[in-house]
Amino acid sequence: MTFLIQQTLLYAVPLMIVALAGVFAERSGIINLALEGIMIFGAFIGVLFVNLVQKAGTFAEAKAAGDWVALQGFMVLAMLAAAVMGAVFSLLLSFASVNLKADQTIGGTALNLLAPALVLFFIRIIANQNTLQMAEGDSASWFMIKKSFFGYGRSDEMGFFGSTFIDKTYLATYICILLFVVLSVLLYKTRFGLRLRSCGENPQAADSLGINVYVMRYAGTTISGALAGMGGFVYALTTANCASTGDVAGFGFLALAVMIFGNWNPLNIACSALLFGLFKCIAASYASIDLNGDGVFLLADLGISPHFYRMLPYLITLVVLAFTSKKSRAPKAEGVPYDKSTR
Amino acid sequence: MNGGLSKLWAKDGTKSVLASLISILIGMAVGGVIILVVGVNNPNLGLSGAWEGIRLVFGGLFSTGRSASGALTFGFNPTSVGNMLFRATPLILTGLSVAVAFKTGLFNIGAPGQYLMGTAATLMLALSIPTETVPAPLVWLIAFLGGMLAGALWGCIPGLVKAFLNINEVLACIMTNWIAANLVTWMFDGSDFRNLVENTKSGYIYKTSYNGVQTAKLGLDKLFPGSQVNGGILVAVLIAVIVYILMNKTTLGYELKACGANRHAARYAGINDKRNIVLSMAIAGALSGAAASLYYLSGNTEFFWSTYQSLPATGFNGIPVALLAASNPIAVIFTGCFMSMLDIVGLQLTNLTAYNEYITDVIIAVIVYLSAFSLVIKLWLSGRKKKKAAPEPAAPATPPDGAGEARNAKGGEAK
Repeated sequence: MTFLIQQTLLYAVPLMIVALAGVFAERSGIINLALEGIMIFGAFIGVLFVNLVQKAGTFAEAKAAGDWVALQGFMVLAMLAAAVMGAVFSLLLSFASVNLKADQTIGGTALNLLAPALVLFFIRIIANQNTLQMAEGDSASWFMIKKSFFGYGRSDEMGFFGSTFIDKTYLATYICILLFVVLSVLLYKTRFGLRLRSCGENPQAADSLGINVYVMRYAGTTISGALAGMGGFVYALTTANCASTGDVAGFGFLALAVMIFGNWNPLNIACSALLFGLFKCIAASYASIDLNGDGVFLLADLGISPHFYRMLPYLITLVVLAFTSKKSRAPKAEGVPYDKSTR
Repeated sequence: MNGGLSKLWAKDGTKSVLASLISILIGMAVGGVIILVVGVNNPNLGLSGAWEGIRLVFGGLFSTGRSASGALTFGFNPTSVGNMLFRATPLILTGLSVAVAFKTGLFNIGAPGQYLMGTAATLMLALSIPTETVPAPLVWLIAFLGGMLAGALWGCIPGLVKAFLNINEVLACIMTNWIAANLVTWMFDGSDFRNLVENTKSGYIYKTSYNGVQTAKLGLDKLFPGSQVNGGILVAVLIAVIVYILMNKTTLGYELKACGANRHAARYAGINDKRNIVLSMAIAGALSGAAASLYYLSGNTEFFWSTYQSLPATGFNGIPVALLAASNPIAVIFTGCFMSMLDIVGLQLTNLTAYNEYITDVIIAVIVYLSAFSLVIKLWLSGRKKKKAAPEPAAPATPPDGAGEARNAKGGEAK
């Protein structure tokens, strides 16, 4: 059970934060199809940052001394780097869709093509292979929170809560959850949030009340880019052992599906992200899931092909969308470039 | 000013071509700049390495390797040209696939999935029908049609959910892509189609030539010795012409385009919009399936079956092919060749310099990015013209190309 919850959280949290990234863009009126690309780019930047800092030896002492607070700080810095560069990368999308009134679907697709190409081009030149990894060690030994940090010994029990939510977890997961809450409040309970959302519903009316639609759309897409970039790095850190391969296995698109399934509403998104995280977790580790700890691996014993489990998240998405699409309420003005002269 | 020339200028097609050419030039320039920056900052490459890279980006098709002294040599390279035509075959067809969907206001990002399903059907048919009893050309035809059919069926899925459940086709296509990737891996996992004879190659399906089925060369191999080219390119060109006739000269094509221009107006005019959306996606799927069939029936290509983690790039590259061609089926032939030329450029870069083939993907991405606002470029072109010859009547309002149609359709769609 502990394993299942931890694994589900690992998959659900990047989905959740990237889906919120999608909400910020779409609420401001820009369809951000580039989430996948921005995630790939963010993952690359984060891993590159970790790699370069490790090579520079800045945190080597902290690592040797077991100073885990400093190492967590290192990880947060890498997350910040990924977020900043994700935001910068997303400017390409906002520039095309706000200033040039380009087709947002195609602009997003371009970014999705550009990110893996650029990332692989540089990875191949930097690492002479198709994967960029940490310069030394692995993500677990550097960044994972372990019970020994809190004075527990190897054989000490932490209790269900401790062993599920503290031992062998990543701080990044909790930072993302905190950010998710804070940003949801920002979007729904503040003046800025209201203004941003108005630009996705009726930009003409918003403009007539003195809100600068272009600025708001830039803000929405940039926040979106920052979150997606960070989400990409968190995904690479927690599920791919802090390696960048120019691929996040369609997570950006799954996040879009989570967003639509969650009806552009943070609470629903959190729930559906957990659901999708569960399916992703089943797909990734169905053979080692032991629900009640009696040594029976139920899902593996069923004898269903692993390919089926891998297909499941995508299949469920399609089915779920089929049932919810009639009720879904997208921001009205999303995907429509704002033209002042149509006011 | 010459009367004929200004008439040519006033035509919308001219501006589309110019906009595409500008996109291509900017894309290649960006690629060149990246190569330059990387080269200058990398001690292994230096300025001379960067210069070699840039020359290859623009002239890679005509590269003939290095001379004895190590300098790059250029000239007519029949192998490269033949390989370009060979690789253009599937790109033209996936490009057509995306273009047909664009004309109906749909964004077919599902070409990779349709391509995979076409691959699976083609390979299974071509390898399982015994050529001792059935003549090989007939098997070829059955496998080709089977590939098209599988692609068409797979393309129907996003079409159906779009038409009847109003699910955004982009999302449905992406999901069907990954489902196809898993499904194809599942189908081949443990099957007899896996190549177990040549044990140096693990994870591949037999070439279709193992069963004696392959596309006729039609003498093209004599024309371009040493290359993989075969009659498939002629089939692709033929299909492009057929699609052109279908879209521009038939009622069905007119109805499809009417749905793309304005789905609700089309329904008001008595056109069955739902049927047309499904049909358009089915045709698009069939074209992607045909792309896969022609590629794998060539007899010298192998399919890596454990593909559940990756989607074929040929499918995605149909998008830039269609965008560059402004969804014109005839123009797709040329843009398909251009894209495959970039492929060859990438190969030459990897083989001859320390750069790698991903730079050509960057170029393609930049081109797609630019074609997202090709309308803006076109407007800018006509604006320039107006300034030059003020008394001339303004150019007719640019009818929406594929990109514009996709956007128009978004208006009435609850995602």
